[in-house]
Amino acid sequence: MKIMKRIYIYKRFERFWHWSQAFLIIFLAVTGFEVHGSYEIFGFEKAVNFHRTAAYLLLGLTAFAIFWHFTTEGWRHYIPTTRKLTAQIRFYMSGMFKGEEHPFNRTELSKLNPAQRLVYLGLKLILIPMVVISGLLYMFYGELGATFWIVGGISLRSIANWHTFGAYLMLSFLVVHVYMTTTGATPSANLRAMLTGYEEVEEHATKEESVI
Amino acid sequence: MGRHLIIAAVITVILLAVIVSLHQEERYNLKLEELKQQYAIRPMSSIDHSKLEALKRDFETPQEVTEACNACHTERYKEIMGSSHWNWERTAYIEGRGLAFVGKKNVINNFCIGAGTNEQACAMCHIGFGMSNDRFDFNNASNVDCMVCHDNSEEYLKGSAMAGYPDRSVSLQNVARSVGSPRKSNCGSCHFYSGGGNNVKHGDLEESLLACDKEVDVHMAANGMDMSCVSCHTAEKHVMKGRLYSVSSDNINRAYCEDCHTARPHRDARLDDHNRRVACQTCHIPYYAKVNATKMAWRWSEAGKLREGEPYQEMNKEGEATYLSTKGSFVWKKNVVPEYVWFNGTADHYLMGDTIEIIPVPINSLNGSYDDKQSKIIPVKIHRGDQIYDRQTKILIQPKLFAFHKGDSAYWQDFDWNLAAMAGMQRVGLWYSGNYGFVETEMSWPVNHMVSPKEQSVTCEECHTRAEGRLAGLTDFYLPGRDRNEGLDLIEKILLYLSIAGAMAHGVFRIAVSRRWRNSGRKH
Repeated sequence: MKIMKRIYIYKRFERFWHWSQAFLIIFLAVTGFEVHGSYEIFGFEKAVNFHRTAAYLLLGLTAFAIFWHFTTEGWRHYIPTTRKLTAQIRFYMSGMFKGEEHPFNRTELSKLNPAQRLVYLGLKLILIPMVVISGLLYMFYGELGATFWIVGGISLRSIANWHTFGAYLMLSFLVVHVYMTTTGATPSANLRAMLTGYEEVEEHATKEESVI
Repeated sequence: MGRHLIIAAVITVILLAVIVSLHQEERYNLKLEELKQQYAIRPMSSIDHSKLEALKRDFETPQEVTEACNACHTERYKEIMGSSHWNWERTAYIEGRGLAFVGKKNVINNFCIGAGTNEQACAMCHIGFGMSNDRFDFNNASNVDCMVCHDNSEEYLKGSAMAGYPDRSVSLQNVARSVGSPRKSNCGSCHFYSGGGNNVKHGDLEESLLACDKEVDVHMAANGMDMSCVSCHTAEKHVMKGRLYSVSSDNINRAYCEDCHTARPHRDARLDDHNRRVACQTCHIPYYAKVNATKMAWRWSEAGKLREGEPYQEMNKEGEATYLSTKGSFVWKKNVVPEYVWFNGTADHYLMGDTIEIIPVPINSLNGSYDDKQSKIIPVKIHRGDQIYDRQTKILIQPKLFAFHKGDSAYWQDFDWNLAAMAGMQRVGLWYSGNYGFVETEMSWPVNHMVSPKEQSVTCEECHTRAEGRLAGLTDFYLPGRDRNEGLDLIEKILLYLSIAGAMAHGVFRIAVSRRWRNSGRKH
């Protein structure tokens, strides 16, 4: 018989960060694709202004998050590992359908499974920087291009293409990410954890998992 | 309890932030108020010419008036005689040509074509007396017409086909005693009616500006600032500020909106940034020819049809001539949406004798492109038409159009293109093969006037749209909202759809197997 234990996995700041980031990213997608010309909701002018405001808010939030990650050593959760990585992927691909146990059990000290570590690290080190840098270049293209020849040498077209590419990747991530939240112990377990901070895990898990 | 309070506080802050960012109250524009105040104060003349003894006399000839002017303003005529208003040409450096003398003397337009051989009529808009042919004495100070620009009595009028002399009805005495700073009507007497009628050429300069409302022109509106032409086109030593690229070529001494309004007038950084590559006029002149129509096309090839041997004219419902036997057929338009081009302030022109290389022949060509960082997008009126050229030498022909009588080779009298071409080309010193035809021509007129109230400016969506926007014709740059990389977009979309499909398939499969487990009584 399983012994369930309630652990406090997401701190208050993490939850605040997660949900405000989620809201901002979705809002940025909505306004961003309007600027892209995909549809009309707010009108071009408002869409541009909203997109810019939301971008600044997200940058501010990110600054806090980076600070938080370093002061709390939270960044250690993203150190990539290959241990159990194939097991985790195999679980998603087939184990889950056979009713196998999760190969990874989360603890306060290791919140992310190996696949999550890789994806989130890629998100933080590649995708988000790409979107942010291309976005800032896009936003200040006039001034930067006139001041620095190296920026003036990049065409606005390619900056916009990179930014749009990043946006589509973010959307794809969002879709998969939202779906993956349902793959916890119960379909709503992960969602509830991100809302309340607490998650029920099996007691034995803490003993088995090594601390990174 | 405490947690709920914090959540409530956070939500409140977010809501407030959203409301603050959505709500934009128009900020008070003190700079604009100051400008208005500055232009509200009209300069008082320091002299009343009606009180001058030297002018309390009769004038037999207009030259006598000029001599009276020069008696006091002893050196001013020199300034005038150095101006393009007088010389009808200006020295300019043109890329590809070198130094060129360009002006009404030698450029061609696609309205009445050119002044050569037609001076008797065209000189109605020369600031001199007696330019009836190409032997006018540009060094005779007495022939300077001070009155056409400085008459404040509204009485002065140049005679039709009188080589620049005033109409016989004009009382020179009255005019001489009421001179002052140029009014709209002075400038307008030529600049409104060029091309043979009101608003024919410019589209944005016409007689309605003498008394219009703000919808037509915010600056000149009678119920607005009521500014005159010289408020912006200031003159230092009779050199007028401002360039019109039907005759000008260089990027100097231009009049800019920014001269008063600065390059960052919006109190919105995003709008201000547009000024880097977009001229003010582009957004602030959504339409031109707002009151009276302007000529958009003129086909000389259709001229010469006669009814019972006599020339005739056809009018449309608005009373605009759509056909004249003397000139051909016209297209008139009102409330015209400008076309847009890149422009860096320099232009080239078709000069008499140039070989035709491009069809339609660019009568003038405005230089500029996105890659040229000095270029901005400007609104233009493009006037299209056709006119006579020499099929053999491939040069445009200056025809002789005007004469008082038949039998003088003038097209408007004899309706014989061959004779008109021969007479015209002989006069401008170019060989004519005798084999004429008609060729398409285009002329670009930058639109600078008829600035609309700011509420009526071009909106963002009119350019930033995938639909046929105002800038649909300018394709050498990336315009957000209009442009995208369609191939990349498609690949990215497929990627997104694959993620959605993958997640859905995975989910459906999970639900299916879990149901099977439940049915088979397996725990999970």
